Amino acid sequence: MDGQTLSLVLFSGTDDKLNAAAVLTAGAAAMGRRVNVFLQYWALDAFRSDRIGKDHGVAPEAGSEGAALLARHGGQHWSETFRQAKSIGEVAIHACSLSMEMLGLSMEDLDPLVDDQEGVASFFMDVDGPVTFI
Amino acid sequence: MDMTTANVTRSIDARGMPCPGPLMSLIGAIREGQVGDVIEVLSSDAGSRTDIPAWIQKAGHDLVEVVEDDGFARFVVRKAR
Repeated sequence: MDGQTLSLVLFSGTDDKLNAAAVLTAGAAAMGRRVNVFLQYWALDAFRSDRIGKDHGVAPEAGSEGAALLARHGGQHWSETFRQAKSIGEVAIHACSLSMEMLGLSMEDLDPLVDDQEGVASFFMDVDGPVTFI
Repeated sequence: MDMTTANVTRSIDARGMPCPGPLMSLIGAIREGQVGDVIEVLSSDAGSRTDIPAWIQKAGHDLVEVVEDDGFARFVVRKAR
């Protein structure tokens, strides 16, 4: 591994934002960077194993035109992009323990893409530069 | 048929796959291959034009050639290590 770790906090649970995060993760992993992802709120909810493949909508700024554009563009699901990123590089995906509690979730409720659950201080143990919030 | 075409070990048709799909497919093929293997990737994704050469340089493989075709590019890569 070389270069700075890519530290991502995912908050939004819409498919467009999760797809953007997955693409960033795959690119960083391909270029040999370690990736450290922290799932909070609606992003964490989107990683529930019973919902991960379902339609999570798009960000409000997409509007109806943007939503139609994204639907036409298609491409592979963001969960598959995260899986590929994990297979080629060092990518850790953590669930925020506070959000887990709020949503009433346990690790068995989450997709296997999620490695573990941890508190925010533990997340910062692996942060060595800026944190990107999506 | 030129020399590079004749020597291609594995060909990946990633046309229609959005960024970073073609690069991910190439990385997978490189990992599975042997040193000296020549892998060809066809990609219509504009990001591949910069991403595939950047990754090859970073990972230490050889970009044998890039051929622009109608709406896609053909990247020929030799696994160097």
